[in-house]
Amino acid sequence: MTEPVQKIEALRDEIEMEPPHSQWRDVWDQFRKHKGALMGGTFLLLITLGVLFGEYIWTLDPQKLDIRNKDVRPIYTVLWNSDAKVQWAHPLGTDNLGRDALANMIVGGRTSMAVGWVAMIIALSIGTTIGVLAGYFRKLDGPLMRLTDLVLSLPILPLLLVAVTLFREQLRGALGPETGMFILIVGVVGVTSWMQTARIVRSEVLALKEREFILAARSIGTRPGAIIRRHLLPNVISPIMVSATLGLATAIITESALSFLGVGFPPDFPTWGKMLADAVPRMDQYPERVVLPGMAISLTVLSVNYLGDGLRDALDPRIRGR
Amino acid sequence: MLTFTIRRLILAVPTLLFISLVIFLLLELAPGDPMAQVPLTVPPEVKEKMREALGLGEPLHIRYWKWLVQFFWVEPQVLFDNMFGTTFAEGKQRILSWQTRSPVMDMVAQRLPQTLWVVGMSYIVGVLIALPIGIYSAYRQYSIFDQAGTFVTMIGFSIPPFFTGPLLIMVFAVSLGWFPSVYDTTHVVNDWDSFVVQLRQMIMPVMVLALQTTAQISRFMRASMLDNLNQDYVRTARAKGLPEKMVVMVHVLRNSMIPVITAIALGVPGIFGGAIITEVVFKVNGIGDQLLNALFANDLPSVQTLTFMIAVLIVFFNLIADVLYGVLDPRIRYD
Repeated sequence: MTEPVQKIEALRDEIEMEPPHSQWRDVWDQFRKHKGALMGGTFLLLITLGVLFGEYIWTLDPQKLDIRNKDVRPIYTVLWNSDAKVQWAHPLGTDNLGRDALANMIVGGRTSMAVGWVAMIIALSIGTTIGVLAGYFRKLDGPLMRLTDLVLSLPILPLLLVAVTLFREQLRGALGPETGMFILIVGVVGVTSWMQTARIVRSEVLALKEREFILAARSIGTRPGAIIRRHLLPNVISPIMVSATLGLATAIITESALSFLGVGFPPDFPTWGKMLADAVPRMDQYPERVVLPGMAISLTVLSVNYLGDGLRDALDPRIRGR
Repeated sequence: MLTFTIRRLILAVPTLLFISLVIFLLLELAPGDPMAQVPLTVPPEVKEKMREALGLGEPLHIRYWKWLVQFFWVEPQVLFDNMFGTTFAEGKQRILSWQTRSPVMDMVAQRLPQTLWVVGMSYIVGVLIALPIGIYSAYRQYSIFDQAGTFVTMIGFSIPPFFTGPLLIMVFAVSLGWFPSVYDTTHVVNDWDSFVVQLRQMIMPVMVLALQTTAQISRFMRASMLDNLNQDYVRTARAKGLPEKMVVMVHVLRNSMIPVITAIALGVPGIFGGAIITEVVFKVNGIGDQLLNALFANDLPSVQTLTFMIAVLIVFFNLIADVLYGVLDPRIRYD
């Protein structure tokens, strides 16, 4: 007869043990501690919802010319200049053709965000593919990384300018002015910004490849494709998410820069960068037309950057839980 | 060390060839036609002659080879001739702009000093501001200064130059009237007053470019200092009674500067790309402005040469960064 195990009083836990957390719960807990990231994420969500659904709330047509109500100042101008021409019908004012600024901001923001997201996804897919292939298959490592180094030493902004200027007419003719330009800009931005992702993913894969679980998977006969899909990709998701935020920020800025230099979308198709560029010649009289789209770009990018900062902290197990 | 440098130099050659090929093919595939502006009354055979006069008649590889020879052999000779008064390049075909029919390099030589002045100054200013910020934020991690520094660098990352530029013009040129909004490149500095004028017109473009440099370099400096501050040798230095200033400014700083110096060298070409926008905003007629003009005028030889020059700068500074790393960190050399 064995005696029942006696509970030793000194070893008893003072506090009941919490049930174990899932990994993503831990990530969320850490992420919540980063105030900037939380604010950035909220702001990004708001601005995304705003540009997606804003036109159902603010139903004014952004292209409608209203020459009687041209050059209306934003409503807040009244605070320091009581004779300014303001109307509640146009809270952010109108431009020199009487188009409503708020409606234009919503539509322009949609274009900017769409370009940012699609270009980021293209860059991520190329970067992840190249990174995983180079990290996993030793034969491909040399050539692929040489290629990455070569592309890294290309002058990106000048090449973007060259590509967009030279191929503009052709694509516009083939696909219509807006779609053609969208595909061109998204394509060139995506194709020229995958290198950092590729490098980070490769280095992660190189380290993961030597771990026991990959060895176990290989020893039971898992094919390389399945190993990559089932075991490698879920483990490199955190660096990919961090570089996704960086990519989104860069893509938005690059699109605005191209629009600013006058090689972006066609004239009647507003984006934030284009609105800013169009307003620069008359900015001494109507500074808000520069400031509003500029603030929109900067705040979006700032929030994306803070989000990335928070994600990096939250996804890094060494920092998490400290 | 010499073999290390030579190996890096040799590696740069295929890189440059690849980049030149990419640029050449990109322009080759582009559908633009230099004859598009010629009136329709000009008969086709004359147009064909004009096309040949522009050097377009020959097959692809021959034109590529000719361009390489002109860029790497004839143009350096011209430069040599100008410096020493020799006549090596006389009678040789140079790269001609379709826009002005004059050699591209002559225009580059006229415009490059403006870019170098503005870009170079802004880079130096940016680095000089960034280093102390980075050092102090790392030394007092999570202090108010560090938090503020993080915020400022985030802003530097996030606000694009085409917004800061007009914003600065609006505040300092239009409202306050302190600085001129347009950069006057014909201005000659010959006495104190003209120097002050030059200084005033440079402040705004330099500040716009420097904001971005500062953001990047100070982040880098901070991270690098943080890596080193927890190392064992720092504890040793403190334990043997060195003054704190000595520990941080000599022991830690020297080791932290290794990656930062390479980052500084690597950042130079990126600044040239970013300078295109700043040059447009402040109407500096540097090479970025020239590139844009050439692009809009479909002047392919100029575009080709300018893009490639920026690429050469990138490769050159990458090389400098590599060699510097080798000089500063003996562990790298023996790889």
